[in-house]
Amino acid sequence: MSAVGTATYLCTSCPLGCRLEVDAADGDIVEIRGFECKRGERYAKQEHLDPRRQVSTTVRVTGGILPRLPVRVSEPVARDSVRAIVDALRTVRVVAPVRCGAVLVADVLGTGADVIAARSMRRAPRA
Amino acid sequence: MITGDAQHLASSYDTVVVGAGPAGLAAALGARETGAERVLVVDREREAGGILLQCIHSGFGLHYFAEEITGPEYAERALEQVLEHEVDVLTDAFVMDIDSGAGSSSRLALMSPSLGITTVHTETAVLAMGARERTRGALALPGARPAGIFTAGLAQKMVNLHGYLPGRRAVILGSGDIGLIMARRLTLEGVEVAGVFELMPYAGGLGRNVVQCLDDFDIPLHLSTTVVDIAGRDRVERVTVAPVDAHLVPQRDRAWTIPCDTLLLSVGLIPENELSRTLGVRLDPLTGGPVVTSQMETSLPGIFAGGNVVHINDLADWVSEESLIAGRSAGRRVAGTRLPDDNIRIVPGDNVASVVPHSISSERAHTLYFRVREPIREDAVIRLGSLHQRKVRALVPAEMASIKAAPRFLEDFHGDVLRVDAVPASRAAAS
Repeated sequence: MSAVGTATYLCTSCPLGCRLEVDAADGDIVEIRGFECKRGERYAKQEHLDPRRQVSTTVRVTGGILPRLPVRVSEPVARDSVRAIVDALRTVRVVAPVRCGAVLVADVLGTGADVIAARSMRRAPRA
Repeated sequence: MITGDAQHLASSYDTVVVGAGPAGLAAALGARETGAERVLVVDREREAGGILLQCIHSGFGLHYFAEEITGPEYAERALEQVLEHEVDVLTDAFVMDIDSGAGSSSRLALMSPSLGITTVHTETAVLAMGARERTRGALALPGARPAGIFTAGLAQKMVNLHGYLPGRRAVILGSGDIGLIMARRLTLEGVEVAGVFELMPYAGGLGRNVVQCLDDFDIPLHLSTTVVDIAGRDRVERVTVAPVDAHLVPQRDRAWTIPCDTLLLSVGLIPENELSRTLGVRLDPLTGGPVVTSQMETSLPGIFAGGNVVHINDLADWVSEESLIAGRSAGRRVAGTRLPDDNIRIVPGDNVASVVPHSISSERAHTLYFRVREPIREDAVIRLGSLHQRKVRALVPAEMASIKAAPRFLEDFHGDVLRVDAVPASRAAAS
């Protein structure tokens, strides 16, 4: 039996902001403390075992009315992949017009999530 | 749709909405739903959508569109809705003046590159100008005046719309949501964020943003700490920060200095009411916005208001819902439907900073939105006079709270003023 480690999380489920403590040994949760409701317990479990995040950034777009196009992942990804996804998108170039929701990168970095356009970008009128 | 193009602009409308952010777009939709046929939305930016266009992060739409989306997606959907309802949207145009003078119609003076200066008449108007950020001047921040000091929203616009970074190493003063979001955004773009400093002993923004924008990236949040000096000749070179005592007075003997080239300010929003003042609409000093009835009508008949121009909301979704009411009321006025009269004034009581709307009718159900002054991090009670109360887990200034007022609570009430209180449950039981 290995030693029990304690991790703490700030619950974001409601304004109460409970300080959650998760005891775990060998990656298995032994005990969760500090929650005031079921949502807190569920949040602690998710944050401890598999924290997931939405990712938003912008990519370069040419020929549009703006130089940057906002993009996001189609579903939350593992928290630890956020930086790598944003970095990978630095080299992406798209050309206007773009439709909101268009898939720009499928299965980004093997996460299973697509990178999609978060707005439509119409072509800039010719000068 | 009209975009900075005068060709289809009519000379008179049933409803003109000032501002095409979430408030204005929802108000236009609401007005069309209830009877206004000719509706115009005017915005000074090149595109409709307001500040949503630069809020590329997720967290919008859960309530209004029943789906979590980003700001630009929210703006696009809201715009599509109004265009489907054949609303005219005029961008790149500035409302210089509204004159609600005599009679039942108002006159707007518009200015735009394609129109020059032109006049539009309207039967009703909805004020939806939103808010702007507090600046260094509002805080009276001491120190030098070099380049490199930005409001968080301005930095957000630079980064997300135009692709410029404001600097290389940033300090953020204030822990409002935009500041927290920008701490993450700048970090992801390679700017080093030395820390977020907050005068109050609690964060100004939502807990979710503290966790996902700061904790995830190991950005330190220093509570009860503020900036006491800014140094730099042409560009910011360093800022000095110091902890504050219980009276918010900086402890200069405990100050320290942080080398940086950028200072972002995320220290609150101010409802943008220059136009409302010109009109002569009554303003509430507590919210900084117009005094509104339960139908979101201002003190001037036929002039309605919704969203951050009335009071600062924490979600665009609430802005849309409230402005939908404002728009629907304007549409009803156009259709000749009498709006219900309010007979009870609502005032902020214990630990309540402000409440909207400012009046309600005892005949109808209403939701009152308010913000607490001090956080209550234990079971709390929201009271509507002595008529009705609701228990909640906690209340913090960063999150708007609400309580319902329904005719059944008001049956035996014969007064004309009701207070909204928000106190710890332990204290409520004792009193």
